[in-house]
Amino acid sequence: MNLVPNGMTRRHFMSHMAATAATIPAIQFMQHLQVHAETVKKNQKACILMWMGGGPPTIDIWDLKPGSKNGGEFKPITAAGTQISEHMPKTAAQFDVLNTVRSMSTREADHGRGRYFMHTAYVPNPTVVHPTFGSVVSHELGSKRKELEIPSFVSIGGDPGSPGFLGMGNSAFVVNTQGRIQNADTDGMDPNRFKNRLKMLGTIEDSFIASKRGEAPQAHKDVYKKAIDLMTSKQMEAFRIDKEDPKTLDRYTNAGAPAGMMGRANNDFGRGLLMARRLVEAGVPFVEVGMGGWDLHANVFNTLKDRNLPAMDTAISALVTDLKERSMIKDVVVVWMGEFGRTPRINQDVGRDHWAASWSVMIGGGNLKGGLGVGETDADGLTCTSKPYLPGNIWATACHALGIPTTTVHTSKRGRPMKIANGEAPIAELIG
Amino acid sequence: MRMWCGSRMARWVAASLAVAISASVAMTAEEPGSKDAKSKAIAKDAKSGTKKAADEAKPAGKKREEFTTGSSDVLISYINEQIRQGWADNEVEPSEVAGDGEWIRRVYLDIVGHVPPMEDIEKFLADKDKAKRSKLIDKLLDDPAYVRHWTTVWANLTIGQTAPRDVSRKGMEKFLREAFTRNRPWNEVVVDIVAAEGNYEENGAVNYILAQMVMPDDGVQATAKTTRLFMGMQVQCTQCHNHPFNDWQQRQFWEFNNFFRQLTKRTVQKYDAKAGRNVTDYVELNRRDNVDDHVTYERRNGLIEAAYPRYFGQDAEVAKKDKDGWDVNRREVLAKLMTEGEKPLVSLAMVNRMWSQFFGYGFTKPVDDLGPHNPASHPDLLDRLGAEFVKSRYDVKQLVRWICNSEAYNLTSQATKANEEKDNPAAGTTALFSHVYLKSMSAEQLYDSLIVATNAHKSGRSSWEQAEDKKRVWLRQFVTTFGTDEGDESTTFNGSIPQALMMMNGELVKDAISAQKGSFLNAILSETPQDKDRIRRLYLTTLGRNPNAKEQQMAAGVVRVPNDQKLAAYQDMFWALLNSNEFIFIH
Repeated sequence: MNLVPNGMTRRHFMSHMAATAATIPAIQFMQHLQVHAETVKKNQKACILMWMGGGPPTIDIWDLKPGSKNGGEFKPITAAGTQISEHMPKTAAQFDVLNTVRSMSTREADHGRGRYFMHTAYVPNPTVVHPTFGSVVSHELGSKRKELEIPSFVSIGGDPGSPGFLGMGNSAFVVNTQGRIQNADTDGMDPNRFKNRLKMLGTIEDSFIASKRGEAPQAHKDVYKKAIDLMTSKQMEAFRIDKEDPKTLDRYTNAGAPAGMMGRANNDFGRGLLMARRLVEAGVPFVEVGMGGWDLHANVFNTLKDRNLPAMDTAISALVTDLKERSMIKDVVVVWMGEFGRTPRINQDVGRDHWAASWSVMIGGGNLKGGLGVGETDADGLTCTSKPYLPGNIWATACHALGIPTTTVHTSKRGRPMKIANGEAPIAELIG
Repeated sequence: MRMWCGSRMARWVAASLAVAISASVAMTAEEPGSKDAKSKAIAKDAKSGTKKAADEAKPAGKKREEFTTGSSDVLISYINEQIRQGWADNEVEPSEVAGDGEWIRRVYLDIVGHVPPMEDIEKFLADKDKAKRSKLIDKLLDDPAYVRHWTTVWANLTIGQTAPRDVSRKGMEKFLREAFTRNRPWNEVVVDIVAAEGNYEENGAVNYILAQMVMPDDGVQATAKTTRLFMGMQVQCTQCHNHPFNDWQQRQFWEFNNFFRQLTKRTVQKYDAKAGRNVTDYVELNRRDNVDDHVTYERRNGLIEAAYPRYFGQDAEVAKKDKDGWDVNRREVLAKLMTEGEKPLVSLAMVNRMWSQFFGYGFTKPVDDLGPHNPASHPDLLDRLGAEFVKSRYDVKQLVRWICNSEAYNLTSQATKANEEKDNPAAGTTALFSHVYLKSMSAEQLYDSLIVATNAHKSGRSSWEQAEDKKRVWLRQFVTTFGTDEGDESTTFNGSIPQALMMMNGELVKDAISAQKGSFLNAILSETPQDKDRIRRLYLTTLGRNPNAKEQQMAAGVVRVPNDQKLAAYQDMFWALLNSNEFIFIH
């Protein structure tokens, strides 16, 4: 966004802006911004991660096993060139741009370890903290988007993990689905006074940074810079889903379930995806949206059919519809995953337990192929009968969609080279 | 509930760990030339410790007098020798001893959980007593804030920052508060927590087990958490298969789990007229009678096996009745076995955890994963401290004394060219403790520090519970819970943008720099006449040091304003100090 006059840094400009914005006719100012936003959002690559906290039973969602003792209560329906659960009909109708990968074999069936592995493509290791993938994208794409004033990695009710050796400057900005960012303004303080405060702060911070106390003091300063950018930014509007037409919000959140059946958490997922769409439009390259309630050790089928699946189906189909309508689907890759899948065997509480040996994720958009079910498991869902995939394969595929070279190598703080997506290859069937 | 892992996990995890293990082996292996290196390190230290009057008195002889805080405990010399050996073996030279200002701030934050009040800093800096550091450590251990701080630390470790439903944070805190107030032997505290039964407010210790019962799981979570938190053993994977890289067997997991099979909780509700619905009145953790003597589990080959209550191969006697005619409390049997012997895991785990509380890193990474598969950075030291802790009758305050009086804890946090590369655990090296590592304040430490730095602790005291409740409400904004069977939660109080926004614009800091009557700023402006002294005191209160020349110059410029603008100028300076990296880090 080239609003900044030549010869002025953006910061300098923004400090004037804060002082003078009131004198510019507000409507004219906003129109100007919107025109620019229109051109900015075109062709901006982005990734939306839908994080299913607790470990979703993918055998009931993406890879059904009718006729098996493990199959459970649900039937499959056609979704473009593959089949998914009958309780995901609206998503099935959008499956021309989506795919399932049904031969995930990821070995980690503990929540903490699985969360780490799926987010980073690396297993936990005591000598290094690997960056979560949102931080990788923030590092690769966010740093190049000079016009972006809000964080380049936003987590909406998700569980994003650490930026690891990429530093706090690439950490997730965690918000809830209400879209209200706490403490984001100075409550009417004179901008000059605030500027003076920052100047003093800078002096103290710089002397501590120079005192050989590791990298944390500099990281602190970097985070403050981002926080200050955010305070003065008009792009904060992107968090405000209340600026949307209520009908739009309804499309994302109203699953038409009987009153009382919808948990608030599930409505939240629709709100989160709507906010994700707005953030991506504003130029944010990575948004994670969390949906909880998947640790279904008991009562799996009723919970899925009455609560989780209608809400998820509604939200995902609304998002994909919007991305298509706005011609953004070719630039925005969507990824759906949890820590692991759940046991094919149904336990005595009509639940499914933790299972990492054979399960599914969903991925689409971003100019990937669509409508495919890649990979397969045996008739009872117990083992992968085709090439097994790791989280690294999923993230390498996302890299491909985002235009990040899969040959990228980062360096840990000790100088150890770390390949992006753990050096795994993109899934061949999904890339053209 | 069980977790299944893929069959390739063992080979693969073992391979990824091999790197880490071989690295630590290299660092702990005996070094042929270590004698030379050691004397070199000692010589360097003689130079660096010149601040200490004791050192100056000694002529520059062959062997310099050891660093001392004034404590004469022989174990402290042993700790110092072992740490020095690590420096020598790795050819690292220690940083200098920390100045008194740096050190007093650190020791306050670490022992009592807040920055030192200004008067205490000024008194300490002026004190000429050679033993003032060890005396201060003793004083802080008797401070009520010691109890408050460690109650918070252990409540967070046992039940999490946000208590799950049917768990009473108040109850847990009450139990811990009594334990730390009376400095109860740690083994007794562990027994009480692991074996607890009863009402969740009358016997607050039950909340630990209740917090592991968020989902019905046959005591699996209680088994995994107990071994991890109190014994430093990560066994959560072994419920499904033998551990790929330590001696834990799947059978052993279920033998342990057997002790947790009598758990049953009772939630009693009452009608709340105000809310118009039933709410929890109280919760009880009870014991089921007539529980099978064995638990069954499924091997990976599909065979079902039985596990009896055994503790590392030792059969436990549980087939008897207690004095009331009930089946004996198996958890009590387990807790006693856990805390028996000259150097049980409970002792090693506590030593390692307490060390990491003060230094930011324990002797192992992670701190709760002890065992031959994950060698300690200083194995002899860990062993000896474990044994001495038992000999001291599990005296937690004594353990803190040993740690805080050690040379390593008294060094500056400024690295040098001679140690910044080789001793940088944040970048993945083994921790050698050649300088003190930065730690971020916890949310609780920040909150309490702001209270102290702004004199709020001196105005009319509210009760413990009221003050804690207010703090809890504030803390809640940072915590997200995930509702998994392990009660996972995460915090945005980790140096991220929301924390920065809270510090810059939030109510807490706004209150802290307010100039109402009785506030710190108000007092300083009325009681301290000279700007120079006011500035110095602001720096002391927040950073524990005097301003340097550049800062002094800048600050003098800022406050050189007409009287009616002075207050605002000081507010701005206070704001900048509280928002700085130097304030939020413990260094």
